[in-house]
Amino acid sequence: MAEEIVGARVPAAREAADDAAGTSAGPETIGRTRRARGRSDDEPFLSVRDLTVTFPTSDGPVHAVQGLSYSVPLGRTVAIVGESGSGKSVSSMAIMGLHDPKSTRVTGSINLGGIEIVGMSQEGLRRHRGADAAMIFQDPQSSLHPFFTVGNQIMEAYREHNNVSKRAARERAVEMLGMVGIPSPRRRLDDFPHQFSGGMRQRVMIAMALVNNPKLLIADEPTTALDVTVQAQILDLIMDLQQEFGSAVLFITHDLGVVAEIADDILVMYGGRCVEYGPVNSILGAPVHPYTWGLLGSIPAVSGASARLRPIPGTPPSLLALPKGCSFHPRCEYVSRVPNAACREELPELRPRTADVERLSRCHLYQPDQLFEAEVLPRLP
Amino acid sequence: MLSYILRRIATAISVIVVTMVASFGLFFLAPTDPAGAMCGRNCTPERIADITRSLGLDEPFLPQVTKYMKGVVVGRTFTSGGTTVECSAPCLGYSYQLGQPVTKLIGNALPVTFSIVIGGAVVYLFIGVLAGTVAARLRGTSVDRLAVGASLGISSVPYFVVALLAALYLAGTFLPRSEYTPFFDNPFAWASGLVAAWLILGLTNAAGYTRYARASMIESLGEDYVRTARAKGISERRVVYRHGLRAAITPIATIFGLDLAFQLTGAIFTEAIFGLPGLGVLTLRAFSFFDLPVLMGAVLVGAVALVVMNLVVDIVYTILDPRVRLG
Repeated sequence: MAEEIVGARVPAAREAADDAAGTSAGPETIGRTRRARGRSDDEPFLSVRDLTVTFPTSDGPVHAVQGLSYSVPLGRTVAIVGESGSGKSVSSMAIMGLHDPKSTRVTGSINLGGIEIVGMSQEGLRRHRGADAAMIFQDPQSSLHPFFTVGNQIMEAYREHNNVSKRAARERAVEMLGMVGIPSPRRRLDDFPHQFSGGMRQRVMIAMALVNNPKLLIADEPTTALDVTVQAQILDLIMDLQQEFGSAVLFITHDLGVVAEIADDILVMYGGRCVEYGPVNSILGAPVHPYTWGLLGSIPAVSGASARLRPIPGTPPSLLALPKGCSFHPRCEYVSRVPNAACREELPELRPRTADVERLSRCHLYQPDQLFEAEVLPRLP
Repeated sequence: MLSYILRRIATAISVIVVTMVASFGLFFLAPTDPAGAMCGRNCTPERIADITRSLGLDEPFLPQVTKYMKGVVVGRTFTSGGTTVECSAPCLGYSYQLGQPVTKLIGNALPVTFSIVIGGAVVYLFIGVLAGTVAARLRGTSVDRLAVGASLGISSVPYFVVALLAALYLAGTFLPRSEYTPFFDNPFAWASGLVAAWLILGLTNAAGYTRYARASMIESLGEDYVRTARAKGISERRVVYRHGLRAAITPIATIFGLDLAFQLTGAIFTEAIFGLPGLGVLTLRAFSFFDLPVLMGAVLVGAVALVVMNLVVDIVYTILDPRVRLG
């Protein structure tokens, strides 16, 4: 798992020169100050309640997501963090209505700007996809169609939801390409994706996703396939555009370094369930779930090169047969601290475990914040 | 692009020349008596001597090849039974058995084969790609199983059995009788005389194309860019036919180009069973009677077809896939 959870990587300068032109569109963003945070009292734009996604297979049902609840108000960013197979992508695909109804069972509630997504017809879902909610994906290389020009692909997204002429759509595409920092957008419009660098391709993806002014942007590991220098530029771009449009952002990643940079709230997923949820500062500063501790322990520190990384022992559970009780207990080193073998028998509820009621955790440990201070923090790299 | 094509054409010509020399050499080495074979029935020693002298069969290999190649470029003359036959360029030799220059024989047969193969290709491409796409879209359903099963069933029966049964029971009853009328004489008669052959060639080949298209579509529908297209909210039909099929068609085009080249060398069963005087039938007859000049002509046509279709596939590829740049 160590390779999955990455906090810092060696910067590679290959794309830096390539993308420098894009950055020059907004050099002030480099020294950006983090925008003011604080609980928004607005009605959340996206509200997920008790979401369950199940894939029936010949080996039995795969419970990819179970009882997931969270909300994202406009202008805020929620990061979903977890290993591969923890259900983070599956849950966001459900918001987009991208699951094949024939092979997937989605229950619970997904409310998007007052509209219920779960149980909606395919035609209804189609109209909402790309219009109210848009998604960008991990690998811009494979996510853009290699045989169509970028302009063609952006215009297609725009014209699907707006009854406009080809010429107007073209102008809109030029405008979007300019907005995401692609130099001389009018000239690049008729280029194919392979004629762009990795970072530029992801900018094209973002332009395509935002062309219809969606209120919710789902970013599924948008920087994972990019070089570190380019990663920072793409993160800046997403944050700038979010500020400009005031949209809600759901950011899926396994990179806690990215989370610290971009998110307001964090939702940590393990084995299809949320195990810890709360504001970014408190969760990254003093997490209360042993799995989150493990994630922090597996991030290399940039300064102290000597500290050994501590990968979480064991492997993620099979979603076909989740361990009884707490899903994490076979890998958890604090199981013995909980009396009556509760970890093995009883699934902990997701609820506040400390004085801070905004921070929810799914763990039986008593006073986990003190345990963190005393035993975990000193060992972190 | 242009310089690439010119270079490819130069390579193609050298490949064809090598093929010609090689096929000539092969037949030169063959333990046969070409003059005797060409002479056919009612053969007299004078006629054999006549053919031997006229073709220079008593000469060594090199002068013979040179003569043959020169004939291809500038034409040559043959004497047959005291009369001189003019064989204008490109002269591929003279069939003493049929009493005609090979170029003319092939020139008569090629349009027939071409008509059969192109018509059949339209049928099998259309049916195969459509059935494969539908099967891929409905993967795992009974429609998919039916398409895959039918395609396997059709491929399992030998082609000549299907063609023979069809020629016996369909042509002349449900379908018009098979015969060849040149397109420019009467397009309607051309089509109606070939429709039986087209359907049989098309349906049997469609089996393979259904499976290629299905596999190719399943792969492309699983690509990330198809998910992106869905996420944009475009209709499922557009996702499948514009985004999925567009990518799936590229590998099919490659197979199709080479299949076409292969079939152009003679759809032997189709022509023989449906009684259409195409290149396959001509070659088959030449084999039986060891009509060397015709055989060499057929080999040449095959080589040219393969080389040309390879070039066409490469050029079509650059149009289909913008990532491919020729250089």
